[in-house]
Amino acid sequence: MAEKSDSTLQVTGSRPVVPLIPANNYISLDRVRMVYENRCVFDSLSCGFPRGRVSVVLGGSGSGKSTILRLIGGLIRPLAGVVTVDGQNVGRLSYHGLNVLRRKLGMVFQGGALLDSYTVFENVALPLREQRLQSEREIAGAVHEILSAVGVSDADDLLPGELSGGMLRRVALARAIIRKPEVLLCDEPFSGLDPISIRRMEALLVQINREFGMTMIVVSHDIPSTMRMADHVLLLLGARIWEGSPAEMRRSDDAEAAEFFRDGPERLQPQGKS
Amino acid sequence: MANPVSHVGYRAIRFVQELGSIAAFTVDIARTALTPPVRFAAFVRELHKLGVRSLLIICVCGLAVGMVLGLQGHHTLVRFGAQRSLGAVVGLSLIRELGPVLTALLVAGRAGSATAAEIGSMVVTEQLNGLRMLSIDPVSLVIKPKAAAMLVVTPLLTALFIACGLYGGYLVGVGLLAGDPGSYMSSLRSAVNFHNDIECCMLKSAVFGLLLGLIATYRGYTSAPTAEGVSAATTSSVVISSVTVLLTDYVITALWGI
Amino acid sequence: MDRSPLRDFFVGLFVLAGVAAIAYLSISIGSFSWHGHTGLKLSAAFDETGELAVRAPVVIAGVQVGEVSAIALDDDFRGRVEMDLDPTLKLPTDTSASIVTAGVLGDRYIELQPGADEKLLKSGDRIAFTESAIVLERLIGQLLYGTTKGKPTENSAIPAATAPARTP
Repeated sequence: MAEKSDSTLQVTGSRPVVPLIPANNYISLDRVRMVYENRCVFDSLSCGFPRGRVSVVLGGSGSGKSTILRLIGGLIRPLAGVVTVDGQNVGRLSYHGLNVLRRKLGMVFQGGALLDSYTVFENVALPLREQRLQSEREIAGAVHEILSAVGVSDADDLLPGELSGGMLRRVALARAIIRKPEVLLCDEPFSGLDPISIRRMEALLVQINREFGMTMIVVSHDIPSTMRMADHVLLLLGARIWEGSPAEMRRSDDAEAAEFFRDGPERLQPQGKS
Repeated sequence: MANPVSHVGYRAIRFVQELGSIAAFTVDIARTALTPPVRFAAFVRELHKLGVRSLLIICVCGLAVGMVLGLQGHHTLVRFGAQRSLGAVVGLSLIRELGPVLTALLVAGRAGSATAAEIGSMVVTEQLNGLRMLSIDPVSLVIKPKAAAMLVVTPLLTALFIACGLYGGYLVGVGLLAGDPGSYMSSLRSAVNFHNDIECCMLKSAVFGLLLGLIATYRGYTSAPTAEGVSAATTSSVVISSVTVLLTDYVITALWGI
Repeated sequence: MDRSPLRDFFVGLFVLAGVAAIAYLSISIGSFSWHGHTGLKLSAAFDETGELAVRAPVVIAGVQVGEVSAIALDDDFRGRVEMDLDPTLKLPTDTSASIVTAGVLGDRYIELQPGADEKLLKSGDRIAFTESAIVLERLIGQLLYGTTKGKPTENSAIPAATAPARTP
């Protein structure tokens, strides 16, 4: 399926700005190769995400940021390489094994991905109802608790189509964390939001990380917020990847990286100022 | 593609892959059908969407087809002096063939395309992926109630179609063309046999319902995650359903006669 | 996914209507019977069954009381017809069976004429008195060959009453 001749990206592995300590990595990708529609998204990607920390994945569009989240969640399988979550090889898991793994994961999709014919309450209650471990009353209590924690109230009977962008994201967030997962994966949580909502979302995510100690991986375009909240940064630019703490990334003496942080992610290829 | 031979080969391989994929999907649905939870509320909701909402089109078309049969049948039978058998002609045509087949085609067009489009748009907006990340099987939550509802709805709608058709034939044969009401009903009753005709009709409509449910849900489930993909899934669902219904009709008719 | 009792009601109506339509088609029009195969089973042998088909009606005085369940060749080359009848019938042992046609060109069916005997037929019994089917071609052939010789022959199937009367 992969046609090498179409690949405009050259290989490389990761170029860590600081050495990683693999033992700390709760989630890691090792020499992963992914191809999407005859375009090589990445060829031999290796990176890691430390436990309990907020990791942020930055990069231009099409650089494969969302693909990383999907690989971790087991929604797609790598063509080569190993994706490891808490010691388990995600690509090797059976369907049942994946379901068990996913109880530890929560994912917030870019558009929310709420079931559009179910109300807000039903959407957030769904994961608990499917587990069939709690009574309806307990479930209702948990749902209302989590909704007020994310700042959504009086929306029980609304349909997703009736919610504003910010509220939609927060309801999706509530649904993702209601089972208290160990890992939260967020795909572009800030895109399309106004600056105030971005701040609120940022504060919410940080609060969740602090309160529950959840490992978080946030994929985003928005540099200021992500740099503020990140403990660990991954930058995918062109065919290369940089990892490190926010301070190190800013101080990086690599020209491309510095340009990215100065000029923002609108530039897909580092090719001179537009 | 530069090489037509390899293109044909590629297509053939893809076709066989598709068959395998459909078979796997069918087994998946069967597995979820046999495991709890029953999801009755969703099933009832689908019955409403697919069945109750199709009532008007089915009854109107049934009536129209019955009326046409009455008209055409009368004109033909009159040549042989056999107008009294109009009830039999209308009844047998409807019960043996036109009822199950036309109902299935109408259901494929209305309910089938709606189902494929709905599931396809759930794929585009990643709702199915969202379910997977919650350890919920989308086949069980979304597909199972829809496929089961299609299976149940089709025979019911077929019977209603036929009833409206018989009435349409009566309206034309007796009301319009001044036939004898008694002989319409008695020729109908004497010509129609439960085993040969009604059982065959119900079997056909049940099989059609099963096929329609599978095809519509499969095409929606496997649609490409783009707007164009959803539209392609919807139209191909209708086309594939229609062709399959007509071919299966032949197979069942031939086998039943043995 | 709101639960609307009104919608549930309509769905229930829909299902009821569909089931009622199926029942109407089956019972009223399709003459579905609950007897199954517990009817009165009789057989009769005919020299000629004509185009009698399985599932043809068995009729007494114009009322259908059962149907033909099987037709097979007897040991002495007669057509043995098995019939499945209403179990509540009480037929005397001297009942006769004849194969008749509905109209001139219609379907064949069996007509039973009950006799007067006190003893009744039981399931598995054989009807002794039978009248074979009239095959139209044979009738015409006999008529043609009968009259070309100038006068009706003994073999003619046409009753004497229809021969031209020669009364002085």
